[in-house]
Amino acid sequence: MTTRIDTRFADLKREGRAGLVTFIMAGDPDPKTSLAIVKALPKAGADVIEIGMPFTDPMADGPAIQAAGLRALNAGQDMKKTLDLVRAFRKDDAATPIVLMGYYNPIYIYGVPRFLKDAKSVGVDGLIIVDLPPEEDDELCLPALKAGLNFIRLATPTTDDKRLPAVLANTSGFVYYVSITGITGAAAPDAAKVGPAVARIKRHTKLPVAVGFGVRTAQQVRALAAGAEAVVVGSALVSVVKDSLDKTGKATAKTVKAVAGLVSELATGVRGGKRGPK
Amino acid sequence: MTVQQPNSFRTGPDERGHFGNYGGRFVAETLMPNILALEQAYAAAKADPAFQREMDGHLKNYVGRPSPLYFAERMTAHFGGAKIYFKREDLNHTGAHKVNNVLGQIMLAKRMGKPRVIAETGAGMHGVATATLCAKFGLDCIVYMGAVDVGRQQPNVQRMHALGAKVVPVESGARTLKDAMNEALRDWVTNVADTFYCIGTVAGPHPYPMMVRDFQSIIGFETREQMLEAEGRLPDSLIACIGGGSNAMGLFHPFLDERQIEIYGVEAAGHGLKSGKHAASIAGGRPGVLHGNRTYLLMNSDGQIEEAHSISAGLDYPGIGPEHAWLNDLGRIKFLSATDKEALAAFQLCSRLEGIIPALEPCHALAKIAQLAPKKPKDHLMVLNLSGRGDKDLASVAEHLGGKL
Repeated sequence: MTTRIDTRFADLKREGRAGLVTFIMAGDPDPKTSLAIVKALPKAGADVIEIGMPFTDPMADGPAIQAAGLRALNAGQDMKKTLDLVRAFRKDDAATPIVLMGYYNPIYIYGVPRFLKDAKSVGVDGLIIVDLPPEEDDELCLPALKAGLNFIRLATPTTDDKRLPAVLANTSGFVYYVSITGITGAAAPDAAKVGPAVARIKRHTKLPVAVGFGVRTAQQVRALAAGAEAVVVGSALVSVVKDSLDKTGKATAKTVKAVAGLVSELATGVRGGKRGPK
Repeated sequence: MTVQQPNSFRTGPDERGHFGNYGGRFVAETLMPNILALEQAYAAAKADPAFQREMDGHLKNYVGRPSPLYFAERMTAHFGGAKIYFKREDLNHTGAHKVNNVLGQIMLAKRMGKPRVIAETGAGMHGVATATLCAKFGLDCIVYMGAVDVGRQQPNVQRMHALGAKVVPVESGARTLKDAMNEALRDWVTNVADTFYCIGTVAGPHPYPMMVRDFQSIIGFETREQMLEAEGRLPDSLIACIGGGSNAMGLFHPFLDERQIEIYGVEAAGHGLKSGKHAASIAGGRPGVLHGNRTYLLMNSDGQIEEAHSISAGLDYPGIGPEHAWLNDLGRIKFLSATDKEALAAFQLCSRLEGIIPALEPCHALAKIAQLAPKKPKDHLMVLNLSGRGDKDLASVAEHLGGKL
């Protein structure tokens, strides 16, 4: 079965470049602005969109994404609204892959069968669930694959060669290499170390590898793109959302533009010439 | 709900860390290799007689075990029913049951060659115990504590400082125990190579609920022997307060298969179960996934975790250990709850009748004795786990009682 994610990575390969994966929190700072941001992403240069499902206790996230989740929850975001956001985006864009990213509890409480059915029907392509390692594949991973969604796993510097096969076994779409041991938005990854790590993963899988955590600038994107199929940027984008808000935390005329502006700039890191992996 | 009764309540968890539908390992991939390594290291230590011997020596000479099983004569007379015994965990070094578990985990950290230990703490008792053992074993200690708890548990913050630990006030979320645990997990993800996470209760990803239970079970094993010596038979009922549930599990677990023994867990009802401001995960929550395990949690209809409320910082957590969740569904543990007010009344009663100032946490269990004991015959043997001493709570009790103790 070919998903939008598979198609997009095949297209990128043909273009001979790496992709830019952008993360934005659903409902941040409010549902309407959040939709406008997501709609602006493909035009600005995002190849794949990750949409965060806000959770009160994001234990693998740094302060920027924690705060983005709280802004969204305080503005009334819930799972239904997050799925509505994807549905609204899909009205004008049938090609850009959408990956929902977050923690398991809101999905578990929404109900796994109901969630998979609704996610598929609104046009979600893949899931990244931070707190579901392969040891818990029965919970959501296997049912998601059966429902035709990609289940994208995080591989980390601590995932050694012995463990990689287990991590990759039920992974589809792409592999997300977490370039540091740490939380989102922490220290910038060292491109010199990431290269060999991605090469190691590639010895175990034919899936595209996206590299993320701590990426902020076009320069970093360019350096990482040299060795991977995609680069993920998240905390830097939600920080731009935050910085664009007024004193009361409301969106301003600058909000959507600021995010799109940073994405355009970051996109030069994957589009300035042919730099995709050989 | 009909749940099939197991042949034994004491064989869990299964190899994947599940107690029935509860437990598991819901953590980020970065932590998985560490958790698997910990599981192996713990299994090896458990099977190593030298590890056990060393632990027994420290429990006796450093912690001061066995803790007494004390006949609370005036309280028994006051209620006029069951014969009430206190298991005096408040008399342990550091003043609570927490040290039993921390000793085991810090010995394990040393054995695994991890020089840096992190912990979360609510009331500060687990933080103090961790700081204490890290000092004794020469390890670096960082304790995450909600900023609200730092405010209401100052004496324990000072003790941790004196012991050489670094206390990090956590400003995220509700700034209490749940947020301290999030922050400890974030630290662990970042410093996974050299850091041991010393979890304070029977919760978190497997193997923690099992391992902490095993280290705390000394409470129940001693109670068994002491009661046989004092009365020539086993107790008729056991009662303990439950936040995450480590003191309760420690007392209960060795008795689970004596099905005639009544077992009561007491959750914190805060301002009352109907007020929405409480910490009673069983009474007011439902199963969900947080902090590495599936268990009963306080949350809204969207699966967002709600803040717990309790006068007692040690019970102020929106979840409960997964083995308790399982034993609740099986009906083996009966869950009750006590409000802040009831706990305060019990605090005063116990202090004045027995000359023991209890921590606010076990006061929740003491409060339910007031209801259970009078209905029992005089030969009914009831054991309460007096899990900690109350010095740390004097300021907040005084505040709640209008400045007068």
